[in-house]
Amino acid sequence: MEFNNNIPIYLQVMERIKQDIVSGKLKPGEKMPSSRDYSYELGINFNTVARVYKELENEKILFTKRGLGTFITESKEQIEDLRYAMAKNLIATFVEGMEQLGYSKKDMIKFIEIQYNNIERIE
Amino acid sequence: MSRLIINELTKKYYNKIALRNVSLNFEQGKIYGLLGPNGSGKTTLMKVVAGLHKQTSGHVLINDQDLSYKTKTYVSYMPTENYLYPSFKVVDILKFYKDMYKDFRYEYALDLLNSINVKLDYKISNLSSGETAKLKTVIALSRDADIYLLDEPLNGVDVLARDTIMDIITKSYGENKIIIISTHLVSEIEKLLDTVVFLKEGAVELFCDAEELRQERQMSVEGIYKEVFGND
Repeated sequence: MEFNNNIPIYLQVMERIKQDIVSGKLKPGEKMPSSRDYSYELGINFNTVARVYKELENEKILFTKRGLGTFITESKEQIEDLRYAMAKNLIATFVEGMEQLGYSKKDMIKFIEIQYNNIERIE
Repeated sequence: MSRLIINELTKKYYNKIALRNVSLNFEQGKIYGLLGPNGSGKTTLMKVVAGLHKQTSGHVLINDQDLSYKTKTYVSYMPTENYLYPSFKVVDILKFYKDMYKDFRYEYALDLLNSINVKLDYKISNLSSGETAKLKTVIALSRDADIYLLDEPLNGVDVLARDTIMDIITKSYGENKIIIISTHLVSEIEKLLDTVVFLKEGAVELFCDAEELRQERQMSVEGIYKEVFGND
């Protein structure tokens, strides 16, 4: 994983874990590596990983079983909420950026359609 | 419980001031970056903590004890120079350390060297600068010390060897240990650091949590480093 040193590392790792959960790369109920192993794998500080796990626990995306380790939530609802929140973020960024470029709502929708068709054609 | 407290430390070499009233508090379980350009006092600070130089004034407390022959046993110091005896083989160095230091973890050193492909029968004088740097780091971290002082472990080393050295450091992290790394290669190492200390002309310019810095300034530690020290 490449990091952008201008942004707190823990936020970047949190984002990646969320992405992987939503995309299905990490499965509900799956065990996460220990903070130690994960910090080694990512080449980052141990305490940064510990903080990532703590923050994601607070967000109910991860949970700890005492003595067994850290796991991904088993709640489908929780993961759906996460997916929804991430989509909302993406679209907000998109709309804001397009507005700054001077596009109307109608044009934006048109843009989305064109882009969508493009992607489909490429596939 | 590892602890290092530096209180109003000043070091003069004749009339040159190398450290000015340095006060710092290091906690266990953290990796510290001691950052500053050449001549800012990084090496002097490490040498005082390692008990190799005597301070002019001020106090250093290691695990609540004043500096002495005893505190030396708590500290593993890796000098920046290549101090390894050139006609020795790697295995001779390991044996030497095993004899010299009660806390030297011989098997641990063997495992680490094996994982980075430094062979025991290599002669020191035939090692590349990258291999020498890796070996030095392995030796320093193979002591079961409370405080590790690594002076410029990434200096004069290619990118791949740098990654290996950082891997060795991550692997050797312990929740009851303090690791202090001096460097001026900030961008390479910053994701490994909990806390950064900027030393400028012998004085502490900044002492702060790395993630907090990024969050507050929306900038990398390297970016802030460049701001503080300019482009000499």
